[in-house]
Amino acid sequence: MREIVEKKVLSENDRLAAELRGRFREQNILCVNLISSPGSGKTALLEKTLASFAPTQTVAVLTGDVQTDNDARRLSGYGFPVRQIVTGGTCHLDARMIDRHLAEMGFRGPGLLLVENVGNLVCPSSYDLGEAAKVVLLSVTEGEDKPLKYPGIFHRASLMIVTKTDLLPYLDFNPALALDNARKVHPEIEHIALSSRTGDGVDQWLRWLDALQHKYQQASAAINS
Amino acid sequence: MHEVGIASSILECVAAEAQRHPGAQVLAVGVRIGELAAVDKDALDFAFEALTRDTEWQHLKLQVEWCPRRHKCLACSQEFPVAILDLPACPKCGSEHSTCIGGTELDIAYLELEEACAKS
Repeated sequence: MREIVEKKVLSENDRLAAELRGRFREQNILCVNLISSPGSGKTALLEKTLASFAPTQTVAVLTGDVQTDNDARRLSGYGFPVRQIVTGGTCHLDARMIDRHLAEMGFRGPGLLLVENVGNLVCPSSYDLGEAAKVVLLSVTEGEDKPLKYPGIFHRASLMIVTKTDLLPYLDFNPALALDNARKVHPEIEHIALSSRTGDGVDQWLRWLDALQHKYQQASAAINS
Repeated sequence: MHEVGIASSILECVAAEAQRHPGAQVLAVGVRIGELAAVDKDALDFAFEALTRDTEWQHLKLQVEWCPRRHKCLACSQEFPVAILDLPACPKCGSEHSTCIGGTELDIAYLELEEACAKS
């Protein structure tokens, strides 16, 4: 006898992520989930990002790694609350980890919550964290075909950031081809190229984030009123 | 490597559903997985086997329907398959504006149950 079930495999994570998304909306917290391979420059970009914020802004960072609190230590010198999530072997963050660490942190909106996922282009794409947007980073040393090799994350990300562009003179990386490949998987994906080292293009990312936050807060105000 | 987590979530769901059918044996669980869902078949089979071995679920079969990427044209509503490596373009009207309607599935579709014999 066949019994129809029709449930999401990750329904428990999805349920909790939906709850988080509702809470973020209520408290007017824009949550952005940064995903990339290990070493693509998520932490370096976050350092630049935090350095650009006024101390009066309400910002928090959750940073995930399999081991060490190195990233939290790097990010903690900018005057904003930062918390390391050590997954102890798990290759992605899930909604339960976000829920627990946010509660322990006592972060309240309105504000911006930046989540740095575990370095991995595969698994983090399956786990909804309640974020308003996923952002995928692709460094120029990785090759233009990453979007085709890992279509899941490029399909789900709103924005692709090509990082480490200061290395372009030394490489054969073709940024236009990388963007073409990303658009094959996700025709509407937005795109920014930058170097956290030189600061080139970082403004564009900050403007993107600012515009998204503005749009999100307007929508939240309309929904919550 | 998250296939262990996915296999474990499938088994949790099977256990919860099975409770609603006391006395029935669960023979198989049917899942739908899209090609954009970032799940590897061999890794999932391996994880499922490892998690069920020597447990009450050791005879449970995992039946996977792999779902291809599909798009729907925003101009003419035509639905069409798209290879992972292709830019989605409508085969009917040529429009490059479409929305993804398939390929991201990660669903539990059904259980195959064997009812205990009814006593007369």
